[in-house]
Amino acid sequence: MAYSDKVIDHYNNPRNVGSLDKKDQNVGTGLVGAPECGDVMKLQMKINPETRVIEDAKFKTFGCGSAIASSSLATEWVRGKTVEEALAIKNTDIVRELSLPPVKIHCSVLAEDAIKAAISDWKKKAGEEQTAEASATSAHS
Amino acid sequence: MAIKLPIYFDNHATTQVDPRVIDAMLPYFNEKFGNAASRNHAFGWVAEEGVEEARAQVAQLINATPKEIVITSGATESDNLAIKGVAAMYREKGNHIITQVTEHKAVLDTCKRLEKEGYEVTYLPVEKDGRINLDDLRRAITPKTILITIMYANNEIGVIQPIAEIGKIAKEKGIFFHVDGVQAIGKIPVDVQKDGIDLLSISAHKLYGPKGVGALYVRRKNPRVQLTAIIDGGGHERGMRSGTLNVPGIVGLGKACDLCRQEMAEETVKLSGLRDRLKNGIMGKLDETYINGSIEHRLPHNINISFAYVEGESLLMGINDIAVSSGSACTSATLEPSYVLKALGVGEDLAHTSIRFGLGRFNTVEEVDYVTGRVVETVERLRELSPLYEMAKEEGIDVSKMNWKTA
Repeated sequence: MAYSDKVIDHYNNPRNVGSLDKKDQNVGTGLVGAPECGDVMKLQMKINPETRVIEDAKFKTFGCGSAIASSSLATEWVRGKTVEEALAIKNTDIVRELSLPPVKIHCSVLAEDAIKAAISDWKKKAGEEQTAEASATSAHS
Repeated sequence: MAIKLPIYFDNHATTQVDPRVIDAMLPYFNEKFGNAASRNHAFGWVAEEGVEEARAQVAQLINATPKEIVITSGATESDNLAIKGVAAMYREKGNHIITQVTEHKAVLDTCKRLEKEGYEVTYLPVEKDGRINLDDLRRAITPKTILITIMYANNEIGVIQPIAEIGKIAKEKGIFFHVDGVQAIGKIPVDVQKDGIDLLSISAHKLYGPKGVGALYVRRKNPRVQLTAIIDGGGHERGMRSGTLNVPGIVGLGKACDLCRQEMAEETVKLSGLRDRLKNGIMGKLDETYINGSIEHRLPHNINISFAYVEGESLLMGINDIAVSSGSACTSATLEPSYVLKALGVGEDLAHTSIRFGLGRFNTVEEVDYVTGRVVETVERLRELSPLYEMAKEEGIDVSKMNWKTA
């Protein structure tokens, strides 16, 4: 399969690789996908509780080049945005930016899910949403 | 010696045509262009001579006689002809066929079609090492069984089936035994007498010959196997496969078989040496790498390794100056990981991380060392990027036991 130049660039030079302290009250962690599906993304954001601005974002991804590129791009895009702005990012924006072929659209969906999961985790910590435990139970059902 | 990029380590997919094979073929495109079926002039006789010499060379490689070699367009056609040909010819005798789950699609899909036509097919499972259990085979045989079809060696994991033992069982029970020999022939000794094989599929392009030509060995005595043809026409190849013969291709097939026969012993030593160097080089430097399939019963030029926590397609992308294959779903049209690895009981998570290395006649030790270095550095880089590796190494989590949220 031929990759777009942007996918290759993100694969060769992934932005914001790494981890943030997931115990930090201001850090939201999203872990989506499954190894048996061939994709797992971990996206973390450090969010300023006063301004709701995403001050830092890090990712790690197990997956194909398109999955790595989608999550790398997601960290670039969410940095400096407010939580509400980040939630407005759609997978189709990622598809367009990276010129993903139809068989790779699921990678962009996963990246969008990872953004939402990380923000949801942060909101739980901030007491804006139901507890993590209750949410995890429903997610697994 | 300087290495030339990209490097080809995908010799189970196809092989480079040996220059000596090309030399043998070339005259048959122009000066000896005749139709081998033209019986009344020299152009035909010369072409026929070329075909008959090739037929003898193919036969010699597998210890058959030239009359038992039916030329086809390749192993897919050979598999189809063998299985459908026996099924149709012996329909009165029975309707049951036995095969196994890691066969090539040319066998599996042919069997599936026959199922739709009222035949019954048993798909034997394989053990963890990729080999069938002979007791399973014995138990599967019924009075209605007319054919056992089992590959000599697998195209993904290089695992060699206990062919001689299967041949013995088939003979005892009076059942025909077809073998897809594509990956094994020319690489390891294949002997239709010793192995008790009644039908054997051969492909030229897997043994340094041209694409588009192959053969089917069809036993003529003890027992004599009859086939119903699947292509009708001028009655070529003793009526078993009509169609004007691809003379240059056939000459190439013959020459390729002849070279393999002469050089096999030496080549096996060289290739198993390169393979072991590659395997030890990679596995000595990386933790959590796993060989898929038996190492003992394996083709000398194959190794299939899973690199835990690194997805196969991303690994291929990182070593894009090296041609190999992956069992990862992402590289297949179906988005399913390799059915062969699944059949071995390899978890889907590890199946996604597998790479098949297929060495060949033209590979060098310098290439092996280059590939080793590239694979190691790429796996290390991608593990730095892998949340699974981090969870396993830093947090001690068994990622295979986690309750993943799957869509």
